[in-house]
Order: sequence, then C-alpha cells, then structure tokens
Amino acid sequence: MSIITNINKVFDHRIRLGIMSILMVNEYADFNMLKELLGATDGNLASHTKALEKAEYIKVEKQFIGRKPNTRYSATNIGKAEFKKHINALEKLINKQ
Amino acid sequence: MEPKDYLKDINEIKDMMNKSSRFISLSGLSGILAGVYALIGSAVAYWLVRTSARGYLILDGTIFKLCLLILFLVALFSITTGIILTTIKAKKHGAKIWDSTSKRLVFNFLIPLIAGGLYILIILIQGKYGQTGALMLIFYGLALVNASKYSIGYIRYLGFIQIILGLIATLFPGYGFWLWVIGFGVMHIIYGGWMHFKYDRK
Repeated sequence: MSIITNINKVFDHRIRLGIMSILMVNEYADFNMLKELLGATDGNLASHTKALEKAEYIKVEKQFIGRKPNTRYSATNIGKAEFKKHINALEKLINKQ
Repeated sequence: MEPKDYLKDINEIKDMMNKSSRFISLSGLSGILAGVYALIGSAVAYWLVRTSARGYLILDGTIFKLCLLILFLVALFSITTGIILTTIKAKKHGAKIWDSTSKRLVFNFLIPLIAGGLYILIILIQGKYGQTGALMLIFYGLALVNASKYSIGYIRYLGFIQIILGLIATLFPGYGFWLWVIGFGVMHIIYGGWMHFKYDRK
C-alpha cells in the first residue's frame, strides 16, 4: 500500500484541491477570483487558504491596489511538487480499479 | 475514500484548471457570421473591381479605397457580433465576460494581429500591396495560434490552416483574393459551425 502514502491529507478537501488547481495554472490569483471560481464563502475559503499556507504550499501576499487591500496567492515550489505527487497518486488509485 | 471519489477529485482538478486559465464562452455562431460577412464583403469587392473600367485593382483609385472600407466594415461587424454573442453565451453560463481569462485571451490574440496590421499598413503606404491577402492570413493565423493557449476548442488548428493558406497565397499572389475568401469566409463558417454544434447546442 505504498501508493496511499502519496495521498496528501492536506489536499483532502474539494476547496483545497480547487485552490491548488487554480494556482498550478495561474501565476497568482487573488481572494475574489478564488471565491468566484470555487463558489466558497469568505470564511470557508480563508480557513482553507490558511491551512495551505501553514503547510507552506501557497504563498500569501497582502498589498494595496489604490486604497483597497488585496490579498493574492501563489503556489510555492513545494506546493506544486506535492500537488503533482498527489495527482499521480490519485491517478494510480483510479487505474488500479 | 471510495475510488469513485478519486475520479471526482481528478475531474474537479481538471475543471478548475481549465476554468481558471481558459476562456470557454467563445461563441461558435459568431464565427459563422464572421465568415458570412467576409463572403459578402469579398463578393461586393469582387463585383466592384470587375465592373470598374479597368477590371483590376490599382492602389490609388476610388475602388481601392472602397475595398479598404469594405475590409474595415467586415472587421467591425465581425468583432461587434463576436462580442455580443460571446457576452450572451457567457451570461447563460453564468461566466463573466471580462475576467482574467478573457483579458489574457484578447491580449495575446492582439499582439500578432496589431503587429501584422501595422506591417500591412506600412507596406501599403509604400505601395506594395501584392501580398496583402497573404499577410492578413498569416498574421491572423499566428494570432489564433497564440490565443489558443487561453481558450478551449480547436482555434489552434484554425490558426494553422490560416497560416498555410497565407503561405500558399504568398507563393501564388494571383490567387491571394480567393485564398483570402477561403480563409476568412469559408474556414470561419466551417469552424464556427463545427464549434456551434459541438459546444453550444446542448
């Protein structure tokens, strides 16, 4: 059962999978873009981004656009590598059936 | 987790990657109409040139100016129709028309197109108009290929076809007009129709 070890618990949620997927193909995404694409509430999304940030899979940058605060996220190298491993593990599990 | 859930995860990942990076609401119908406009425009231009006293096109006549006007109108109508129909389609899907994906699509589409447009204008001013049709096809093809990275569908292949038609037109300048008609008229209708039946009518 060595494959199971590659299934990453941190990604074990629809919203987190979504955040990582978006950040894999976009250089960065801001909070509102994630919110719209994932259809999540502010609090829900914030808790998931925090979990991913804690694992150092994503990087958070707070800045101001004019006077508005803007939070943008990008995937770290570790995050990208871990997410690829996770996808490969998922694929192997599916092919096993 | 059940194996079925893993499959759902993978699908979700794919879907999010596409949705967040590619603009998917391009309307197929607008492709058909752009092709129709191009056909009408070229038919009018053809008729104008054939019924003119000379029977062929020269650079500083009124007919040439009229042809440029037709070209401009075809482009204007095509773009307007494209924007309107794509907005309607995006609304139906609950997608935003002007988000980061469509901005990227338009930006990358415009780079080769504007470069080519300026190039063609400059050589027209210099009096070299023999390759205009070919150049339009080639630069338009490059614009499509460049934009295809930010949309779904097979715009890339439409781009390849336009580039090939453009190169053929370069080889046989005498057929430039007809290749332009095939590229901008017929190919748009075929491609738009194909996309319309494949994606739009569900």
